[in-house]
Amino acid sequence: MIEIRWHGRGGQGAKTASQLLADAAFMAGKYVQSFPEYGPERSGAPITAYNRISEERCSVHSNIYDPDYVAVVDETLLESVDVTGGLKTSGAIIINSAKSPDELKPHLRGYAGRVCTIDAREISQRNLGAYFPNTPMLAAVVAVSGCVDREQFLKDMEESYRHKFAKKPQVVEGNLKCLREAMDEVRYGA
Amino acid sequence: MSIRERLSGNEAIATAMRQINPDVFAMFPITPSTEIPQYFAQYVADGKVDTEFICVESEHSSLSACLGAEAAGCRAVTATSSAGLSFMNEVLYVAASSRLPVVLAVSCRALTGPININHDYSDSMAERDSGFIQLYAENNQEVYDNYLMAHRIAEHPDVRLPLMVCEDGFITSHAIENIELEEDAAVKAFVGEYRPENYLLKKENPLAVGPYGVSGYYMEARVAQAHAMMNAKKVILDVAADFEKTFGRSYGFFESYRMEDAELAMVIMGSSAGTAKAAVDELRAEGVKAGLVKIRVFRPFPGEELAQVLSGCKAVAVMDKSEGFSANGGPLYAETAGACFNLEQRPKMVDIVFGLGGRDFTVEAARSVYGRLEQIARTGETGPLYTHMGQREA
Repeated sequence: MIEIRWHGRGGQGAKTASQLLADAAFMAGKYVQSFPEYGPERSGAPITAYNRISEERCSVHSNIYDPDYVAVVDETLLESVDVTGGLKTSGAIIINSAKSPDELKPHLRGYAGRVCTIDAREISQRNLGAYFPNTPMLAAVVAVSGCVDREQFLKDMEESYRHKFAKKPQVVEGNLKCLREAMDEVRYGA
Repeated sequence: MSIRERLSGNEAIATAMRQINPDVFAMFPITPSTEIPQYFAQYVADGKVDTEFICVESEHSSLSACLGAEAAGCRAVTATSSAGLSFMNEVLYVAASSRLPVVLAVSCRALTGPININHDYSDSMAERDSGFIQLYAENNQEVYDNYLMAHRIAEHPDVRLPLMVCEDGFITSHAIENIELEEDAAVKAFVGEYRPENYLLKKENPLAVGPYGVSGYYMEARVAQAHAMMNAKKVILDVAADFEKTFGRSYGFFESYRMEDAELAMVIMGSSAGTAKAAVDELRAEGVKAGLVKIRVFRPFPGEELAQVLSGCKAVAVMDKSEGFSANGGPLYAETAGACFNLEQRPKMVDIVFGLGGRDFTVEAARSVYGRLEQIARTGETGPLYTHMGQREA
């Protein structure tokens, strides 16, 4: 089983990203959980969302305290939230940032595992003409965690986009490019 | 053939409602309602159902509208949560005593105060004496399956009682998980049409619904209602047996998990039971005779059957996810302890109130409960009978 924790701010779509990841894993034949943790709901407040991905149905319904991977949608959270809390050193943290893993490592409270960054803003703006961090973040998490096979993932997502954007086929290609380029552009730290 | 899907608990309930296509869905459209009417509104707009979809100004009114529809001979449904259920309180009793089998989906959440939107059973437990049948679920699959069985139980001529399909707020209602859906035609065939014997608009047999009951007759009506709740036990099992024959998934009053030779047991409800199962599996692998009973049917309460399952245990922890302010333990403890009192050999039993307002319940926390049970079994000393789990020290 792979456990993933998402950190974002209310309104940025961390919950949606965790749902998209569940969709991708579901399409690949896995058992999935995607669930948000709600505090006082307000735009911009830190929020957490979770994924469990497994070969068999998981009966555990607690939050995730020792995740295999952490995804940070907003790098300003690094200062205020203990994003690496409980994160396994055998796993990795994936941060949406234009900075390199080496630049961000000192802000991670001594986390000894792998640090990865992805410039979701740039990739999104390049391919979609607007800032939608979820698509590149999703691809980066799939690339780093290997929770779904790359080719299977891209094939399933294409099918899903063609269905979802049946009335707007022009956005399908941009989203698919976003996914492919994000998978290739993840920067892996030591 | 089942359909492999992934849905939240709310989507699962809305899907079941779409498949059943009830005559009337009356709802209060804003918080603390759930996403269920929102999904259903889409089905209405898309022409996937021909349900009369009525938006009203409060939960008191939404259930009242359902009541009117049911009295007229229609199948009526609604959904709510938390303070919305509390606001229905008066009408819940009217629905039950008028023997109108409304099916009400409840996303169980805390009540104020402090203000909190997260999961516990404060709302549904407060309505345990309303006369509604209450079914609880561990996950989205069980919520969906309970919903498919709900109308047949509620509308059965031996029962004719309203029914709450309860899911855990957020933990089940908003979590997306795998689910096996059944085909629309198979669901429709299983649930069937609602054909009440008598109703307001049946001109051959004019009928009064909800009249005054003088002291000379009030008690007869209440006892008849109590008997209907007793009758519901058989109907619940009959419908579950047909459900298993039709769709292959098995349900009873409760699920006994690794209870065959269990010495230490937990009585627990909802999603927390799934988490506790993982603790039971770990403990079993270590040679500890741990088990758990997950209550699915809280009303009617399966006291006799539960007592039988617990009779062989040495120590039992009843896990209450609501604080009843009785100063004597929560509602599940009161029921369970009462049910076991007349056993020849009964286990030591403690109550643990936990998880209020969304306080998380982990595998480790469940293990700690079994740790305490092991100590009780070994020493014969229960310690305090009524405690709260994981709260901050004053």
